[in-house]
Amino acid sequence: MRGLICGPKLAACGIVLSTWGVIMLAMLGIFFTTHSAVLIEDVPFTDQDIHQDINPPQRIYALYNQVGYNCFIAAAFYILFGFFSCCQMKLNKRKVSSFFCVAFF
Amino acid sequence: MCSLLRGEEMCLAQLFLQSGSAYDCINELGELGLVEFRDLNPGVNAFQRKHVNEIKKCEEMERILGKDILIFNIHMCYHHNYYCSYVHYHWVYVCVCSQEQLQRLEVELGEVTRNKEKLQRNLLELTEYTHMLRTTRNFVQRTSEVSYEEFPFLEKDTLMDYSSMQRLGAKLGFISGLIQRTKIEAFERMLWRVCKGYTILSYAEVEEYLEDPDTGEPTKSVVFLISYWGDQIGQKVKKICDCYHCHLYPYPSSNEERTDVVEGLRTRIQDLHTVLHRTDDYLKQVLMKASESVYTWVIQVKKMKAIYFILNLCSFDVTNKCLIAEVWCPVNDIPTLRRALEEGSRKSGATVPSFVNRIPTNDTPPTLIRTNKFTSGFQNIVDAYGVGNYREVNPAPFTIITFPFLFAVMFGDLGHGVIMALFALWMVLYENNRKLKNTRNEIWNTFFEGRYIILMMGLFSIYTGLIYNDCFSKSLNIFGSGWSVKAMFEAKVWKDADIRGNRVLTLDPNVTGVFRGPYPLGIDPIWNLASNRLTFLNSYKMKMSVILGVIHMSFGVILSTYNYLHFRKKHSLYLVFLPELLFLLCLFGYLVFMIFYKWLVFTAKDSRLAPSILIHFINMFLMQGDGVQPLYPGQTGLQVFLVVIAVLSVPVLLLGKPVYLYWLHNGSHRLGMYRGYERVRRNSEEELYLMRAHDMEEGSSHSDLSTSGERQTEEFDFADEFLHQAIHTIEYCLGCVSNTASYLRLWALSLAHAQLSEVLWTMVMRVGLRMDTSLGVFFLVPVFGLFAVLTVSILLVMEGLSAFLHALRLHWVEFQNKFYSGTGVKFCPFSFSLLPSSFEHDGLL
Repeated sequence: MRGLICGPKLAACGIVLSTWGVIMLAMLGIFFTTHSAVLIEDVPFTDQDIHQDINPPQRIYALYNQVGYNCFIAAAFYILFGFFSCCQMKLNKRKVSSFFCVAFF
Repeated sequence: MCSLLRGEEMCLAQLFLQSGSAYDCINELGELGLVEFRDLNPGVNAFQRKHVNEIKKCEEMERILGKDILIFNIHMCYHHNYYCSYVHYHWVYVCVCSQEQLQRLEVELGEVTRNKEKLQRNLLELTEYTHMLRTTRNFVQRTSEVSYEEFPFLEKDTLMDYSSMQRLGAKLGFISGLIQRTKIEAFERMLWRVCKGYTILSYAEVEEYLEDPDTGEPTKSVVFLISYWGDQIGQKVKKICDCYHCHLYPYPSSNEERTDVVEGLRTRIQDLHTVLHRTDDYLKQVLMKASESVYTWVIQVKKMKAIYFILNLCSFDVTNKCLIAEVWCPVNDIPTLRRALEEGSRKSGATVPSFVNRIPTNDTPPTLIRTNKFTSGFQNIVDAYGVGNYREVNPAPFTIITFPFLFAVMFGDLGHGVIMALFALWMVLYENNRKLKNTRNEIWNTFFEGRYIILMMGLFSIYTGLIYNDCFSKSLNIFGSGWSVKAMFEAKVWKDADIRGNRVLTLDPNVTGVFRGPYPLGIDPIWNLASNRLTFLNSYKMKMSVILGVIHMSFGVILSTYNYLHFRKKHSLYLVFLPELLFLLCLFGYLVFMIFYKWLVFTAKDSRLAPSILIHFINMFLMQGDGVQPLYPGQTGLQVFLVVIAVLSVPVLLLGKPVYLYWLHNGSHRLGMYRGYERVRRNSEEELYLMRAHDMEEGSSHSDLSTSGERQTEEFDFADEFLHQAIHTIEYCLGCVSNTASYLRLWALSLAHAQLSEVLWTMVMRVGLRMDTSLGVFFLVPVFGLFAVLTVSILLVMEGLSAFLHALRLHWVEFQNKFYSGTGVKFCPFSFSLLPSSFEHDGLL
């Protein structure tokens, strides 16, 4: 079967991981773009951004937004990964069912 | 009723089975799985029992069928094994059942296999002949270069012509054939010795391995050609060839004959190949069809063996016509048992029915607790510690809630709880999927059996995650924090310079507007940003652990009253339960009270003056109330009172029950004599009987099934009882202290889980999130993958197992030692579905 790279268990793991990744990274992206205070440590700000900001806290907010968009891009990648895993799963199922057909005749 | 709380009521029953219908009745009982058979022949060993031959036969059949299934599964294409399995079918036919299908199958298989063997033998012989002809051609061509003087070759290509030989007056004969390579040297030597040079032997080895027609094994053969001179020599040579088991083939006298024979052989071999191929296919078809019924035969053999085993446990009655079996049966199932016996009698066509008779007994029955798929997991973890005594209170129904709750207190993370709950939900929704149910993997089976437990644990973890406000180590701000930083600026407590000059600043809740009220559900999310987060959480979690521990243990002590009331030990209620409860509550219940009092009465304003509960608690024991300010007026008095009650309850617990029982047994004799006077006066047998029955009840357990009769005759051993009670007292009192401290593991594990979660986020996720560069965005993808894998392996699996173990320990030791004895025997009914199968163990079914 062309295009079959991984077995059924690996494909299932891929599907689970990508579902989790999509949901969690999307939510993280939303929380970053709404500038949640709890996530302050995860934003790569420097001393300069806090103390030498002309219009505080817009620079911090800009950084927040940047990290948020990063998360969204990673979530999009996980969508693709999930799609790939689904395809692998379907190929595996087709391979198993054709194997059964052969065995009976 | 109340089966899950206490277990079913059981009774001992006698089954009277007619000899003819015994097998069918027991078959019916095996299908239903109602009763547990008792061994009525305990003194007899396994080889002296009545049905030992039948069991041996069954085991033999199991072995053969096991080999059969192995053959089918693995060696489907090997012809020899077809023959072996044919033999085994014959066995099964004889021993198990006389079905027509099986008969026909046997005849068919036999014929086909015999034909096939003949054909195979033919094929082998022809193959050997071909080899022989090929090889001897080489001999002749070789030897034609050498010319013998007496027997000159007439032409180069023609072989010995009989006519020309006869002209010479000499009879030259040829014998050709094949012999095994191992025998060729001995053969040669023998020929030389016997025939003394009147024979010439030439031989060459065949390169391929040929299959021996007799044995079927691949052997190396040697083609030989013997030329001899004279008739008598010929006879001797033939005899020698017979001796050495040579395969002789006619030697063609001329080249044309040789080529003809070779042609003919080739076509014949080809034909034989086709026929054999067809036979193979046909056999395969027939055996495939038969293989479908092999599994039913296996089950039938299993059932038969089990029934004979049970028949061995029964005994014959006096008239030797009827089998008697003693069974433990739940009282509610006696009508079903009767119906099963009627059914069995009807199936076997017996005229006299078999019946059941309930008999009284002094033995303790086994414990049966009926569970469904949800409660069976919890019952299993209780039974792993010990199966409950007959009709003792079962901790399982309470465990259904307390176990997941205590697990969740230690696990307490919303995100992890969601993942665990989803995993368990997947297992529950697909629980009827055959592939999931029947895997061979032990670890998977353990998880699958506990899927409802894991689901409950996950759901409760979601709840405690909300309370701890912890989701993958981040807090969720659902309702808006109750703390306000802006208020510190508005109240002019902080200035801008303060922000720049200090690394850490403290929010003061006493300043107006800073603390606007407690967060509606759980811990305020601002604590996630505070550096003194652990100080606050530790205090909270430790107090919570102690509170939960004292509540759990008190509940355990209260459950013991159920047992005392059920087994009619009212004296235990006053002499054991009451002192135990008073001891626990006066000391540790008071501690819990102090915790709540401090939480409710002392506010942020009094925080500087808030007393340390631990110091007050220690002072309570040392009776020193002067050094510190009292929590409330009258504290010293109350504390002294509580300590005195607790200390007084210890001797009551130690001596109360033994002394009371001693008085009961010895006092009643005296009382009996006193009552004897009364008897002379009253002259009423009935009253005496009633008084004695009352006495019996006072000192005995449940009348149906206890050893009350023995108690009366047995001497009451005061020393034994006192020792037992002393051990119980020491264990209980010291246990109260140590068990309360043991509940602090709830705090310890939840702290460990929170810290691990935070470390994982800081070390893994943060690295991915803080990536600045334009390519850094793609770095987040593998980082998240790593985060997910580590979360599942460390936080879910490792921490989950750890919290599971500690919650289980809290139940088994701290909770159950307050009321549960767990020294009972489990009810194992005779049921075909519960039989272990040796095939399953070998991985064949």
